[in-house]
Amino acid sequence: MLGYALRRLLAVVPTFLLIVTAAFFLMRAAPGGPFDEEQTLPPEIAANLEAAYGLDRPVHEQFLRYLGGLARGDLGPSYRMKDFRVAELIGRGLPVTLTIGVAALGLALLAGIPLGLVAGQRRNGWVDHAVMSVALAGIAVPSFVVAPLLALVFGLYLGWLPVGGWESGSLRHLVLPVLTLALPLIAYVARLTRGSVLEVLQSPFIRTARAKGLDPGVVLRRHALRPTLLPVVSFLGPAAAGVLTGSLVVEQVFGLPGVGRYFVQGAVNRDYTLVMGMVIFYAALILLLNLLVDLVYGWLDPRIRHD
Amino acid sequence: MAGSIRASATTDGGLWSDARRRLRGNRAAVAAAALIALLLAASLLGPLASPWSLDEVDWSLSPLATPPSLANAHWFGTDANGRDLFVRVWAGTRVSLLVALLATAVSVVIGVAWGATAGYLGGRVDGWMMRFVDVLYALPYMFFVIILTVVFGRSLWLIFLAIGAVGWLTMARIVRGQALALRRREFVAAAEALGLPASRIIFRHIVPNVLGTVVVYATLTIPQVILFESFLSFLGLGVQEPLTSLGRLVAEGALEMEMAPWQLLAPATVLALLLLALNFLGDGLRDALDPRQH
Repeated sequence: MLGYALRRLLAVVPTFLLIVTAAFFLMRAAPGGPFDEEQTLPPEIAANLEAAYGLDRPVHEQFLRYLGGLARGDLGPSYRMKDFRVAELIGRGLPVTLTIGVAALGLALLAGIPLGLVAGQRRNGWVDHAVMSVALAGIAVPSFVVAPLLALVFGLYLGWLPVGGWESGSLRHLVLPVLTLALPLIAYVARLTRGSVLEVLQSPFIRTARAKGLDPGVVLRRHALRPTLLPVVSFLGPAAAGVLTGSLVVEQVFGLPGVGRYFVQGAVNRDYTLVMGMVIFYAALILLLNLLVDLVYGWLDPRIRHD
Repeated sequence: MAGSIRASATTDGGLWSDARRRLRGNRAAVAAAALIALLLAASLLGPLASPWSLDEVDWSLSPLATPPSLANAHWFGTDANGRDLFVRVWAGTRVSLLVALLATAVSVVIGVAWGATAGYLGGRVDGWMMRFVDVLYALPYMFFVIILTVVFGRSLWLIFLAIGAVGWLTMARIVRGQALALRRREFVAAAEALGLPASRIIFRHIVPNVLGTVVVYATLTIPQVILFESFLSFLGLGVQEPLTSLGRLVAEGALEMEMAPWQLLAPATVLALLLLALNFLGDGLRDALDPRQH
């Protein structure tokens, strides 16, 4: 198991370095300097600014300095939000994004797995068709349509929940953002679980368990559940990526002070360092999560780690 | 219908006519195709049917944002600036569809070329080419597209290039898998024995044989691209004024939903219908062209 873990970790490091390198040089390739947007600066001021941000040095030196900063967890200053460092902004937004993200993933598993199991067991019944149709809709209708619609119905017409805001994470303010993020994930998890349980239920060891005269509920829980959940576990990596993408929209619509909002603001203002730093941060987060998923997977299914 | 079923019983039809027959039998897919045709026609003809134009402000209104009405020919109402929403929604649909088709074309060309080359050549070249795809896969597409829009600005052409430039990864993987299998077939061996160059074998012998899969995956790519473009436009990173797109209209509508819910509902409904129909059609095509999976 340790060897497997090390091998996975070694595969992640070069990927991360490649992403950092690509992000850095893409930003350098951008036409125009970071400061020449609204008005042209006098050359002395521009030179001072470049010196202050280390932009007057040769590119390879800038790159090495950036890598050095990265090793210390420093992603450099934001070009547009003066006096802020990128890492600071991430630190501020992270608790918000993590709270809604983890809650949405948890909700997706808690709702999606039972729905998929029920649909799979009553294959082609009306429950199955209903769950799968709703699931397809959940996947097809995008979060930025769902979010304002939920706010419209539950926030404005029914008046049950606040339309937006954070209020230091009170439960009422969490419901709609988490629901928006979770809906497509619930749909995916339900579809995956359904397909997987259908396959598992046809395998010989299930037939044996049934032949022993076991109760169908026991067969499902004790024998079929673990292999059924394997694809769901490997979906957690892409799901986490989906949550991070979705949080860009959800934080915008519901006015939450998370990482995604800073990222979008940075992109709108063309704040190069902020966007670059955040992409690197997102990449690290996703790679880490995928590594974690790989380890869990290897632990659940011994065949994987001895491959 | 009866005739074509009999024909296929004698294994006459071949892949494409078999697929057409299976697709016709799939009621959801047929309904989806009809809906897509309807939406396409509306996006092309809708703006012509209305007396209003895209940027025209109806100053006779007070307030400028009015709900849908037959009397003044604002069938979907007007936006916050008094512009006709019916025209804007269909013009936006047209832009969304245009971006989707062009970006999908870009991603199909890159993906098929990349995948077929990697799969046919195999060995170390294949290893490096697919490693490159893996690295790009590590980050969600959306983040790449956002970087590209930050670096290169936000014109319409750049948006579809950017989306196409990152959308080809899955296509490359799928085509590569098929090409790996085709490489061992006799007709490829025969072509090699004739001394044909690798490029000719790839484009004349490998690519035509993966077209079925490519068509299926391309139809599933189109809704994804529409989603991408709308997502970007929603965040203010996509299509810019004076052009509009469904994502932009949804974003504008979301700002006004308290006072003018129709501004959100009209574009959101069209977008949701379009995406649903494209997904149903894609699923139907996959079932029709690749019956082994079911």
